[in-house]
Amino acid sequence: MQRFSALSLLGRALDGHRGWAAQWRRATPKAAYDAVIIGGGGHGLGAAYYLASEHRLNNIAVLEKGWIGGGNTGRNTTVIRSNYLFAESAALYDHALKLWEHLSQALNYNMMFSQRGVMMLAHSVHDMQVIKRHVHANRVNGVDNEWLTPQQAKAFCPPLNIGDMRYPVLGAGLQRRGGTARHDAVAWGFARAADALGVDIIENCEVTGIRRDARGAVEAVETTRGLIRAPKIGVAAAGNTSVIMKMAGIRLPLESYPLQALVSEPVKPVFPCVVMSNSMHAYISQSDKGELVIGAGTDAYTSYTQRGGLHISAHALEAVCELFPIFRRLRMLRNWGGIVDLTPDRSPIIAKTPVAGLYVNCGWGTGGFKATPGSAHVFAWTIAHDEPHPINAPFTIERFRDGQLIDEAAAAAVAH
Amino acid sequence: MLLIPCPYCGARPELEFAYAGQAHLARPQDPATISAQQWADFLYLRDNTRGVHAERWRHTHGCGRFFNALRDTTNDHFLASYRSGEPPPSLPPDAGQAPP
Repeated sequence: MQRFSALSLLGRALDGHRGWAAQWRRATPKAAYDAVIIGGGGHGLGAAYYLASEHRLNNIAVLEKGWIGGGNTGRNTTVIRSNYLFAESAALYDHALKLWEHLSQALNYNMMFSQRGVMMLAHSVHDMQVIKRHVHANRVNGVDNEWLTPQQAKAFCPPLNIGDMRYPVLGAGLQRRGGTARHDAVAWGFARAADALGVDIIENCEVTGIRRDARGAVEAVETTRGLIRAPKIGVAAAGNTSVIMKMAGIRLPLESYPLQALVSEPVKPVFPCVVMSNSMHAYISQSDKGELVIGAGTDAYTSYTQRGGLHISAHALEAVCELFPIFRRLRMLRNWGGIVDLTPDRSPIIAKTPVAGLYVNCGWGTGGFKATPGSAHVFAWTIAHDEPHPINAPFTIERFRDGQLIDEAAAAAVAH
Repeated sequence: MLLIPCPYCGARPELEFAYAGQAHLARPQDPATISAQQWADFLYLRDNTRGVHAERWRHTHGCGRFFNALRDTTNDHFLASYRSGEPPPSLPPDAGQAPP
């Protein structure tokens, strides 16, 4: 692996940038591996990286039906935060946030991680109660979060309109450690680092079946590029998890919905943080390129189309125009959809399955990007040890049977 | 926005409807006699079909009635709609394979 440094950049500049090598090999699938990860997004690539770097499993492959980071990793709004209500969630998401803080150094890849602060707005007495409860619960769990008055919120984000609107801002919760990162860099950085440790990253390789032996344990995956044997299979296929797991005879409590995002034309730096309004159903930040990145809600119905209804994104834009009148004349450049797999309690599943050797990391719903390194880290642990890491132990499939929900859906009652 | 065929009122815009999830899930007759797993299966497990999906809709801002529809979740085309209590209509074998 060519390491990136000021010196290497200077050296390549002198030779006209002709000396750069590909960041990962174009691997051809071998007949057998010690483990196979299905899904070449951030969670799958990250799991492969941690399997190789921390658990010395180097004879592994990541299978991706399209291209690396072409799914939800490249389609999200890049918001990172850990201010979840329940202790189990706070532990998981803050584990991720702590890894984010050193990820650029660990992978020798600039994640453009920016802890610019994530502010969640309250527009009603109910919102104020919910957000204050989150602030207190977070602080008990060692996660930073603070309550701001409307004037403090305005001072933190000057473009914000706090008064002249139907639902004025009554306060806000602010997690200063939250922020954004470059989503493509996450996929590429993990892919490059995993490849350097010997992991085969196999693109354009769609899984079409999962073979099980006489005991019922997994033994191989059938793919569009041939049969690949592996005693351990980790599934990190986001919106297509139900399709993959059905190949092993497993039904999961998941439904896949389109979730949309939009970007505006690029403008000069004008927006210093991330702002989310759960009541008005919009969230917004500004990329380093200058585009406003806006997140909308999910469509009402399940779908695999990677596009949603125009009225859903129009609704988010109405909220943005109300909250930030200075953006009313901005034009939108692009909008798109990703397929998100939602669990009934809006918390993920990172667990062993009833099939021996098969592990699943799914159900991240509308907010999986923020968790990428933490999710990948504990998923790798689960695959390597054949038992969950203490952090992901509560995130089982069986919690739905046992009534042990981690009900962030009820805690927030909106997309997150 | 989808144009949804209500079997009572005809095709109307999606905004008039509420989605109500996978169709033909029967609530267990006597929940007290079934296992926690069976109850969880009924409450939470879904087919989440990639392809032709039988689903419930309610024409909330129209006739107000529930009905079922077959929709291809790979392109969102409605292939059929039918009244509650009726079995799903059979489709030609190539239905749902390619967008019309």
